[in-house]
Amino acid sequence: MQKRVGKQTFVFENAFVRQGFAIAGPKEKHGLLGDCFDFCLQDDKFGEKSFEKAECKMFKFAIDGVLNKANLQPQNIDTMLGGDLLNQIVSVSFAMRAYDSSFLGLYNACGTFAESLLVGSCLVDGGYKNKVVCISGSHFSTAERQYRYPLELGVLRSPVTQWTATGAGASILTNESDNAICKITKGVAGRVIDLGIKDVNNMGAAMAPAACDTILQFFEDTKAKVDDYDGIFTGDLGKLGRQILFDFAKDRGIDFKDKLFDCGAMLYKQKQQTFQGGSGAACSAIVFNSYILNKFKQKKYKKILLVGTGALLSPLTSFQGESVPCIAHCLEVCSC
Amino acid sequence: MSQNFEQKDTKLIEEQSKIRSFKNQKKKTLYMDYVFEVSPKSSHVKNMFWAYVIGGLICAFGQVIIDLLVQNGVEDKVASVFASCILVALAACATGLGVYDKLGRFAGAGSTVPITGFSNAMVAPAIEFRSEGMIYGLGAKMFTVAGPVVVNGVMISFVIAVFHLVLGV
Repeated sequence: MQKRVGKQTFVFENAFVRQGFAIAGPKEKHGLLGDCFDFCLQDDKFGEKSFEKAECKMFKFAIDGVLNKANLQPQNIDTMLGGDLLNQIVSVSFAMRAYDSSFLGLYNACGTFAESLLVGSCLVDGGYKNKVVCISGSHFSTAERQYRYPLELGVLRSPVTQWTATGAGASILTNESDNAICKITKGVAGRVIDLGIKDVNNMGAAMAPAACDTILQFFEDTKAKVDDYDGIFTGDLGKLGRQILFDFAKDRGIDFKDKLFDCGAMLYKQKQQTFQGGSGAACSAIVFNSYILNKFKQKKYKKILLVGTGALLSPLTSFQGESVPCIAHCLEVCSC
Repeated sequence: MSQNFEQKDTKLIEEQSKIRSFKNQKKKTLYMDYVFEVSPKSSHVKNMFWAYVIGGLICAFGQVIIDLLVQNGVEDKVASVFASCILVALAACATGLGVYDKLGRFAGAGSTVPITGFSNAMVAPAIEFRSEGMIYGLGAKMFTVAGPVVVNGVMISFVIAVFHLVLGV
């Protein structure tokens, strides 16, 4: 079996998604997808002393939850892969103290979940591992203090901003087709694209070209068409970024019609005042593990594309006047 | 011989990277213009209206406190100091209760510029970084937002003092 087509696309034969678990915050609970999540926090601190500890607990909860749903024990898992938005990806790493499995820490900002699925698929399809857990997430309060202002500071928010989603999503990937919900058949590792956006509030506009580059590369490599898919889900472009991607791709000869969805823009209701919608590593992780997997379970979806997008900046670089380099990874997910 | 080769090599790499960054630069301006065009702008009229109303209300409230104090026999100068203290204390409480950030979200400069905004800028990081302890958290981070205001305030008052001294204005 050919493991690679075209320039950048990987082909997987035996990478199955066994089970997924999504845990979300209180704001997400009251949003549009509130009913889909497996568990929602009552308060942002999750009974812990600090928001960082709460985020760490969220990851543990998601891992235990997905193992429970799949009737597996932690010792059945060979490797866990994942990351979060905090400096030195501490939340996931600290959560891993509770488990015996080996751990690969990944970081591609908000595209970390897609990255972990991509690497995880390579591991299981390559025969190096039998079962891996892919995990990613973010927390509004920890991200806000790292990237922006203290929570209680009264500042005017720009209309292009997004709201960092609170939540974590975990998936189990295996090389066996038993009890699998769907399988990952192809993947593209993206390139870093920077078109010079310096406004750190306008992440959607910064990331849209990266998403476009990866999707176009995928279509070019695989000769696939938009009509082959039930949906193309981008990670956290927001409403504005989604629109830019739509126009950008149309200029380059690809019309998404009504098939382009954005996980971040799907999360909140208009009245929740998140402006362009959600952002953060949690967006793609919780939407994939709840909404998308449910659709596969109900046999409503046959084939989708998941495009995790990430803005690779830090507060330091943006204060130094650097623009925002972005990346997007793409996965083709099919029903079994 | 090998040294020459290496030098040539690095020059080549340098040239290549120059060409690359130039290419990106050209693409950048077009896309940035486009993004600027499609991005929604904040409504200045609405923002200014709310800043005017809320800022005005805060200042009017301050004046009410001063008048009340003066009526009760407090000296004019002392009364305005007291009023500032009361406003700062109230804003600190409002920050702690999680009200002030909601006000700031639509009042903007109307709630940032009065003395209550300064109070908010001190108390918000103090609450936020309490989890890192009294010294490295609260102590070190309390001035992250208000610090620049203090530094620039001191600088400018020094410049004004020099002018005052030299010109006698």
